[in-house]
Amino acid sequence: MARTLLAIYPHNARRYDEMLTADGDVRAHWRQFFGHLDAVAPDEMRRRLEFVDRRIQENGVTYNVYADASGSDRPWALDPLPLIIPPDEWTEVAAAVAQRATLLNAILADLYGEQKLLAEGLLPPALVYGQHGYLWPCQGIKPPGGVWLHNYAVDLARSPNGRWWVIADRTQAPSGAGYALENRLVVSRVFPEMFRDLHVQHLADFFRDQLEGLAAHAPVDGDEPPHIVLLTPGPYNETYFEHAYLARYLGFPLVEGQDLTVRGDSVFLKTLRGLKRVHVILRRQDDDYCDPLELRGDSALGIPGLLNVARAGRVVIANALGSGLLGSGALMGFLPAICRRLLGEKLAMPSVATWWCGEKPALDFVKENFDDLVIKPAYPTQRMEPVFGYELEGEARAEMLRRIEARPHAYVAQEMVELSQAPTWSRAHERRLLARPVGLRAYAVASGDGYSVMPGGLARVATGANARIISMQRGGSSKDAWVLTNGPVSEFTLLKPSVGVRDLVRAGANLTSRVVENLFWFGRYSERFDDSARMLRVALARLVEAGGVKTPAVASSMELAELLRILPRPEEDGEIGEGSEHALLEAIYDPEQPGSLAGTIRNLMWSATHVRERLSLDHWHSLNQLQREQQAAHKMHPTLTEAIAFLDRVLGISSSLTGFAMDNMTRDDGWRFLFIGRRLERLTFLAQSIAGFLRMESARAPGCLEWLLELADSIITYRSRYSRLPEMLPVLDLLVFDDSNPHGVIFQANVLARYLERMAKELGEHFDGNLEQALANLRDFDLESLEDVQFVPGRDQAAGEDLAARLDALVFAGNQLSDWLGMRYFTHVGDVSRQTMAL
Amino acid sequence: MSSPVRYRVLHETRYDYGSPVSLSQQQLHLSPRILDCQQIEEQRIEVTPPPSWRRDGQDAFGNPVSWIFFNAPHQTLLLRSIMTVAVLPRLPSAEDITDSLPWEEVRDRLAYDSAEPQPIDLEAARFLFESPHVRIKHELAAYAADCFAPETPILVGAQALMAKIFREFTFDPEATTVSTPVLEVLENKRGVCQDFAHLMIACLRALGLSARYVSGYLLTRPPPGKPRLVGADASHAWVAVYAPGSAGDWVDFDPTNNLLPDTEHITIAFGRDFSDISPLRGIILGGGGAEPEVAVTVVPLDEEELPPELELPPDPAAAD
Repeated sequence: MARTLLAIYPHNARRYDEMLTADGDVRAHWRQFFGHLDAVAPDEMRRRLEFVDRRIQENGVTYNVYADASGSDRPWALDPLPLIIPPDEWTEVAAAVAQRATLLNAILADLYGEQKLLAEGLLPPALVYGQHGYLWPCQGIKPPGGVWLHNYAVDLARSPNGRWWVIADRTQAPSGAGYALENRLVVSRVFPEMFRDLHVQHLADFFRDQLEGLAAHAPVDGDEPPHIVLLTPGPYNETYFEHAYLARYLGFPLVEGQDLTVRGDSVFLKTLRGLKRVHVILRRQDDDYCDPLELRGDSALGIPGLLNVARAGRVVIANALGSGLLGSGALMGFLPAICRRLLGEKLAMPSVATWWCGEKPALDFVKENFDDLVIKPAYPTQRMEPVFGYELEGEARAEMLRRIEARPHAYVAQEMVELSQAPTWSRAHERRLLARPVGLRAYAVASGDGYSVMPGGLARVATGANARIISMQRGGSSKDAWVLTNGPVSEFTLLKPSVGVRDLVRAGANLTSRVVENLFWFGRYSERFDDSARMLRVALARLVEAGGVKTPAVASSMELAELLRILPRPEEDGEIGEGSEHALLEAIYDPEQPGSLAGTIRNLMWSATHVRERLSLDHWHSLNQLQREQQAAHKMHPTLTEAIAFLDRVLGISSSLTGFAMDNMTRDDGWRFLFIGRRLERLTFLAQSIAGFLRMESARAPGCLEWLLELADSIITYRSRYSRLPEMLPVLDLLVFDDSNPHGVIFQANVLARYLERMAKELGEHFDGNLEQALANLRDFDLESLEDVQFVPGRDQAAGEDLAARLDALVFAGNQLSDWLGMRYFTHVGDVSRQTMAL
Repeated sequence: MSSPVRYRVLHETRYDYGSPVSLSQQQLHLSPRILDCQQIEEQRIEVTPPPSWRRDGQDAFGNPVSWIFFNAPHQTLLLRSIMTVAVLPRLPSAEDITDSLPWEEVRDRLAYDSAEPQPIDLEAARFLFESPHVRIKHELAAYAADCFAPETPILVGAQALMAKIFREFTFDPEATTVSTPVLEVLENKRGVCQDFAHLMIACLRALGLSARYVSGYLLTRPPPGKPRLVGADASHAWVAVYAPGSAGDWVDFDPTNNLLPDTEHITIAFGRDFSDISPLRGIILGGGGAEPEVAVTVVPLDEEELPPELELPPDPAAAD
């Protein structure tokens, strides 16, 4: 038996230890869990940690620190050991959190209504009228059911004497409940026996209460079911993962501002099948960005006119617009009196002592006790990190004091809290517990009948043993919180075992125009990515074979790449050797060069980001990795061989993307648009390539038909049919007219026509372009007319022109189709609303 | 006591969009509010094309506001706001000004001290803090300091500040836009009525005093012997200062013209600053270039003949 984990677990007299008493004994509610943990073999624990990491990887749980399309999302950090809270203690905490939510809702009702708190002097006007977060246009709006605050989160910390204190209130659009849920799903599988034996309360009831609470006051017409959407600011938000995750879990469409439109006094979701009224918006976007007509006019994120829908009582916005102002720490000192006034009760859980500098006596106190205080912004909209008084010296200290003096009402000072500590599993050691400061973010939701508190929450862990601040931005980690119960555990679950037929139908019906548009472009870019890589590989391979000499095959393949705008058009006669090599490498690696593969990868990533929840994580990772590789290589001056290897990898990833789309995606309208995008792109690529080839004098040299076959990925088919050197006629037959060759023009056009027909049936819209005509024209082409043509340099120059012109017409019709789809079905992401102003 | 002066006002706004606008929502602060010194006899807004939806109400400051919505493509938008307003004299006397409260006393009344505030002070506190166009900076307090020596009656100080701004600043429509920050105006000493109003408000708030932004119209006089030109006027903006104890507790100042508004200023709305009451604020989809043409005409009804453009159209409601 190894020595107990307690042997080297650090004790800290200044902090409350969640697991140990002051005497160093394991607390009663930890005993069983600790006994289990102490007995787990190191190998077994390693396996469990690997499971945690894998699960987080596979589920794509990320927290975007400086989110961007190049994929710098950071994996979510989770310590497998739960924070355990005994039943009696939790009962008190939960009651206090529910009371506080009730109180804050009552304050919002007052501040956006009659304002008796101001009239009675219980709250300084500066904390209301002086806050950007107080949204004047929302004054007088009464939300359905009188609920302003649907979602509330509160940061709690435990002081050395064991009491819980409130550090901060989150009333804007609190984040983290989704992470808490994911933590639970992981940790309950790491310690399944413990989870069962300890009677840990489940989280599902909380989310059901949230669902019911949102639906309870939905202003529906008649008996229509409430249509609830989750509004996200988009994939670049730091908690976008959570938005997508919760939307899926709760079964709501995930929408952005552009997906919604106000008509008169109702708000609608723009779907492929028309406008669909929305009754409830679960909002993860900050309120001042929600309506550019009346709130911030400089934002394109919002939904113009939304406030009028709220005024008419025709939508539930959760949280109501204007709720953010209660996130102000300056309010804390006023809450006890307000609680007595509004609820007739004592405030159950104290807030950490907080001085609002806008009051003269408080300001004097803060100046005198500067070293013992943390300075924070008074208003949640201020961008400022907390500052510890004792850390500031000399000029920095004087500057901070000057800033406070100049605008005292904009600052609060808080007592410094010694956070409690809890054991975490050390990843650096084989078998060791570390003690780390922890805090708990607790959650409450309006349940239609008061507030329901999540049993547990997101336990947050600081990085260092002595940290005073816990921040996910600064690299902190998280824990699951286990609230034990004496009674039975509710077994209710919202997780579905698998996706049923009804879900597919619903997903299709609710598909937003924006998602469809992004899927279409994702389809086009993934095909373009393939085409460009193939074209560049053809040219590079020729160049390598020729030992760097510009043979006719090199010249002609590069000429076609120029024609297709994958290589830039030469300004004068291109140079041989070094010049070609450089041009090809730039076309692969330089994202700034128009038409380059790197640029296409960037566009592909951009559209993939916007349809991320529809992609498998493997693909997301391969694309990420590919982009990183390309970025790294761009700086390293890769060799031609390395470049070819890179293109091989691109084509490998491309074919797995294709396979995924074919085999794994639901065949809904969105899928159809994705494939229309792919087919359209390949059709125009092939038709343009073959037309260009036919017109190129340089392509008549020996060896060129081989690369054309390679470009169209048809070399194996050709060899199996003709077992001889490629000749013009059979090559054209295979690449243009053979309707069984998936890399043939006619094949692509036929498939495209079938998709369009299906779409016309589903959506009742018919594309009235020239595609069918152009296709018929191409089919009518008499291949025999080329039978006697000599495809050698200097002979029968114009012979291919007729066919080339018919291919051109097809390309033209394809582009027309693309424009038509855009006009008819897409949101026009580029076409943003603008503000106008007249005096 | 002299009698009210009656005006007919026409405020026309026209947008000629470069290309069709497919969706448009507009918020209108074009209807005049009723005040002790101002009665509204008639008032109407004609909109072409007719909006597909309309809502009328009051904003948080008690101003009339309307919202209109268009979902049919249109390339022109025309709004004609026409009204008959009677304005009563309200010029404070010289004693009203010199006998107003010392400014520190007003400041201290507005500061929070945990006690129940006077209702009028609480009302005034709405106009005490920063707002989108009004930053509170020590430069502003410093600029106003010589007008507000200790114990200066608040209205004397405000008048001195108004005169100082008028003296030191140049009216220059080219110098600023609606979004030019107050500090920039202070530095460059140029701007239009809006800028001067924002500047004066910012100075007063920086001293801990309440001041509101007032929008409306000003009667202009054609040159002697010349007829009035229709559309030659513009919308105007000035300032109201909180001076409890004076008539109405608020006194208007027009820093652009260095005068105290009396019967020649017609009030539309007031708010914390321009952003609360911009006459026409909208969000459009499509449209290309969209610079509005605005024309205002103010005619004193009992003095002048009414140009035909300013005849009141028949009231659709009266036909019933």
